[in-house]
Amino acid sequence: MTNMTTTSGNKGHDGNDKDKGLAPGRTSSAELSSAEEAEHEARGGVVAGRARRGMFGVQGWGDTSGYGGLVLPAYVPPPAQRPYGDGFDELTDELLAAMQERDVPAAAIQQTTVDRGEITYYVHRDHLVALCRTLRDDPALRFEMCSSVSGVDYGTDVPQRLHVTYHLTSMTYRRRIRLEVAVDVDDAHVPSVVEVYPTADWHERETWDMFGVVFDGHPALTRILMPDDWDGFPQRKDYPLGGIPVEYKGAEIPPPDQRRAYS
Amino acid sequence: MNRRKDRKNTSKNSKAKPRAAEPAHTVGSGTTDTTTQTAGPDPYAATSRETTEGRVYTVTGGDWDGMLDDWRHDERIVVNMGPQHPSTHGVLRLVLELEGEVVTQARSVIGYLHTGIEKNCEYRTWTQGVTFVTRADYLSPLFNEAAYCLATEKLLGITAPRRAQVIRVLLMELNRIGSHLVAIATGGMELGALTGMTAGFREREEVLHLLEFLTGLRMNHAFIRPGGVAQDLPDGSDAKIRDFLTVMDSRLPDYDKLLTGQPIWKNRLRNVAYLPLDGCLQLGVTGPILRSAGLEWDLRKVQPYCGYEEYDFEVPTSTDGDAYARYVLRVEEIHQSLKIIEQCLGKLEPGRVMVDDPKIAWPAQLTIGSDGMGNSLEHVRKIMGQSMEALIHHFKLVTEGFAVPPGQVYFPVESPRGELGCHLVSDGGTRPMRVHMRDPSFVNLQSMPAMSEGGLVADVIAAVASIDPVMGGVDR
Repeated sequence: MTNMTTTSGNKGHDGNDKDKGLAPGRTSSAELSSAEEAEHEARGGVVAGRARRGMFGVQGWGDTSGYGGLVLPAYVPPPAQRPYGDGFDELTDELLAAMQERDVPAAAIQQTTVDRGEITYYVHRDHLVALCRTLRDDPALRFEMCSSVSGVDYGTDVPQRLHVTYHLTSMTYRRRIRLEVAVDVDDAHVPSVVEVYPTADWHERETWDMFGVVFDGHPALTRILMPDDWDGFPQRKDYPLGGIPVEYKGAEIPPPDQRRAYS
Repeated sequence: MNRRKDRKNTSKNSKAKPRAAEPAHTVGSGTTDTTTQTAGPDPYAATSRETTEGRVYTVTGGDWDGMLDDWRHDERIVVNMGPQHPSTHGVLRLVLELEGEVVTQARSVIGYLHTGIEKNCEYRTWTQGVTFVTRADYLSPLFNEAAYCLATEKLLGITAPRRAQVIRVLLMELNRIGSHLVAIATGGMELGALTGMTAGFREREEVLHLLEFLTGLRMNHAFIRPGGVAQDLPDGSDAKIRDFLTVMDSRLPDYDKLLTGQPIWKNRLRNVAYLPLDGCLQLGVTGPILRSAGLEWDLRKVQPYCGYEEYDFEVPTSTDGDAYARYVLRVEEIHQSLKIIEQCLGKLEPGRVMVDDPKIAWPAQLTIGSDGMGNSLEHVRKIMGQSMEALIHHFKLVTEGFAVPPGQVYFPVESPRGELGCHLVSDGGTRPMRVHMRDPSFVNLQSMPAMSEGGLVADVIAAVASIDPVMGGVDR
């Protein structure tokens, strides 16, 4: 019972191994060597998670479980190895060829990850718009529709914690891909893709509203869900959920964000 | 000419009558002598004079052209509609810039129903998240649950058992019928077809009664859970569903009689709120609006999930791209959903409704006890009296929840309004790192200006009704 978290964790990583095609012998993406991690950092440092200490989230008082010293490193999406499978090899080849045709440097794609049958291209923000235009216009790619743009905050202690994800759909080829741009919270600027995908207008406004990512070149980047004069960006991890403690039958129940978290 | 002469006489005669009999159009009081105007080219044109309070018009006839000419082009009218307005489909605020009755610019303002569902999910277990997302688009709660649970299952690398998949399809199609009926009903109400509303809500009540029987709740079911569904269908479901199918089959033709062929309904909707295919793609519009523009894009067909590839149904399309086509498609989709529900009944074979993995599946089966729905007495007896391990396991799963391996997925399903995508990010914990619902209402609502600018203000209502935005989903 007590090692439930670790078993499920390992199970997950085992499952990932099959999908992601990790190098043989490597059991977990969390076990990247320090050299590999340094390489990650140099390439933009795609860290997607927070490191965890202990097992039950016990802080500030004695942990009697014996698992207080357990350290789980932050999850780093592993770069995919060829062959990717699921037709992603052809797709990536087409994409690289189209990028070359349109003078988009290959370095625009910092990392490619294939996970659970979905492909993610981690993109440098300088080339995002050109890349989107390539993806939309190239006859072999034809990602006509931008399904969704949204933000993810990976937590306060994570480098480049704010990520903007773009879910593109090719109706011609019935494919979906994900682009992901990681930025620092101090320099949360991403070029707007509204000129390529007009539908991104409200999505980007929502991402600005909730995460404080500035989309440069957006026609009217204003708050959309929160009031215009709102302070702060509600879906950032350091923004409190709010709520007040509730007393029930003599016991005080803290608000959800201050309750004990187990992992 | 004779008529004009008569009216002139009347006008002259009215001069002799007391003030109360004067035309109601007179603006200002004690203004001018109308008889002095009879020599002019248009004796009924408005006259005006300057006073210390400004310009005072006297309008004597039924002809407002002269007066409007003065106002037109140098005076734009900005009309604020909503957020509390019976015709804006919820707490939606429209800001319309008008020239006369023509809308020159339209913008929608949203956020009045923002409830922080996505943020709240980050502080609950993966199972509890269902209770939150089901409240996003409150007219299609089962689709929110399905998208969220299918995404969670993809993260976990599990598949729900077959019986659960069939139940999900059954419930989703029931929900689709209910949602489309509300779209037709509220759309009819907003356009003045009140019988459309009463009929639509009457049939929707049938859907809600059936959903209540099957899931326990009319709305916000939280019935679909990661790994399957909360519990099996109750005894007698088959007969109830068949009764529902019979009722719907007998009542749906009424909509054709009441609305489809009705001239007023057609005139209000035909060639109104036109959005062609390229506009749909640029604006990311999906669902009946996209299909009304001619693209046969239905995720149940192009990217099947929950075993939709086994069902025999059609995806109706049209090339008209107007509000009427969307109405017709919704009615046709109701027919198709009934067809799918009937096939579901044939596929419901006995079996588990939750994955056979004690680390994920809820340990207790729910039953009705003397104090309502709860854990089955058998299970409570076992964990309290016999098995300490089972008690600990139950406690852990209920309080801590199950851990989900790190990674992210995007899972789209075809909701009544279009592509409902769920983007989930896990960092390996027992709570989601990020839950994002790509709600079709949110995206489709962006097409409102494209549909209504350049049209009449009355057609804005038809446009919004044909988009069918649900503000719970738009604002989340």
